[in-house]
Amino acid sequence: MDVSMFLSVIIGAIFINNFILSKFLGLCSFIGISKETKPALYMGVSATFVTTCASIITWAIYNFILVPCHIEYLRTISFILVIASFVQLVEMVIKKFSRTLYRTLGIYLPLITVNCAVLGVAVLNSEMFFKPGINTLTSFALSALQGFCVGLGYILVMLFMSGIRERLELCDIPASFKDAPIAFIIASLMSMAFMGFSGFRF
Amino acid sequence: MKKLFKEFFKGIGSENPTFRLILGLCPTLAVSTSVINGIGMGAAATFVLIGSNMIISLVRRFIPDEIRIPCFIVIIATFVTIVELTMKAYAPELSKALGIFVPLIVVNCIVLGRAEAFACKQGVLASIMDALGMGLGFTLALVLISVVRELLGSGTLAGFLIIKNFEPVLYIALAPGALLVIGLLIGGINYISRKGRAA
Repeated sequence: MDVSMFLSVIIGAIFINNFILSKFLGLCSFIGISKETKPALYMGVSATFVTTCASIITWAIYNFILVPCHIEYLRTISFILVIASFVQLVEMVIKKFSRTLYRTLGIYLPLITVNCAVLGVAVLNSEMFFKPGINTLTSFALSALQGFCVGLGYILVMLFMSGIRERLELCDIPASFKDAPIAFIIASLMSMAFMGFSGFRF
Repeated sequence: MKKLFKEFFKGIGSENPTFRLILGLCPTLAVSTSVINGIGMGAAATFVLIGSNMIISLVRRFIPDEIRIPCFIVIIATFVTIVELTMKAYAPELSKALGIFVPLIVVNCIVLGRAEAFACKQGVLASIMDALGMGLGFTLALVLISVVRELLGSGTLAGFLIIKNFEPVLYIALAPGALLVIGLLIGGINYISRKGRAA
């Protein structure tokens, strides 16, 4: 196992190929839930949890079910089903064990099912790591790590954005640019700043 | 008949998924670097929309309410897989350019949104018209954004050189440019429609 490979996954997923700002995944929730810091943080935390677990589960599904049966073409359909049922399960478990946690995170969980970041991580993992040449254990570690770091990058950008948008409430913005359009323009500037990371190489 | 046309046109204008409802943004921004990619993505999404809306509308009476979302997702994913494999076989270049965003049509909020908001309540014909309108509205939005980005970002249009002696604005072709263009477009459309209402 090569340490630099892990480092490049970490830096890559959080900064260089940040899912929101340079891969455009998870944009709907990014624009929709970034008006205040607290919901943005909760959404980020639940998304991180789901992306990490989804990476692990889809790794198992792909390597132990799809590959032995030679039905790799069912990737999309099986991944989304597994993710959707996993999210449903988490929702039920949280509801059963902690009412307070359910009240804070519960409403975000259904939204995460259709968050393209989650399926995006799973598909990206399968394209990057699930191939001959990378042994199964390494691909497991890399997938789980990538799932987690994508979540971290998501939290980071959500926090930046919600912080800025809270300040924006006090600004005098042209009426037609309120809400979504101005959020896009800010995201564009942030994305430009994040492009500065793209020089990193390992 | 009149009602069907209303369902068709609302997707293009008053309820345009991209500019009005601000749904399905991820593919819109990611693949709008060239007009060809935009049209390809729009066509793929329209096909999935029509297929899934039709099937969901047909089986809507048999699906129990509690598990309707997983059922919708399976139906949608089936059509996405059809598109994915067909595109890989007959348009490998397009499939490479769109990359990860073809399988991601499954989680495109427009498709699931129409299934949930329209197809599971309305008849087959109305659902198909709704899907056609929404798909066309999505394609038009994609084309509009990609025309701006391709023209400014590389000076071409659908691969043909349009502006000579022009230093392309690389910024527009890269990720930040997509966000800027869509922000300005939505703002501009808001401005025009506000003016229209006031007049």
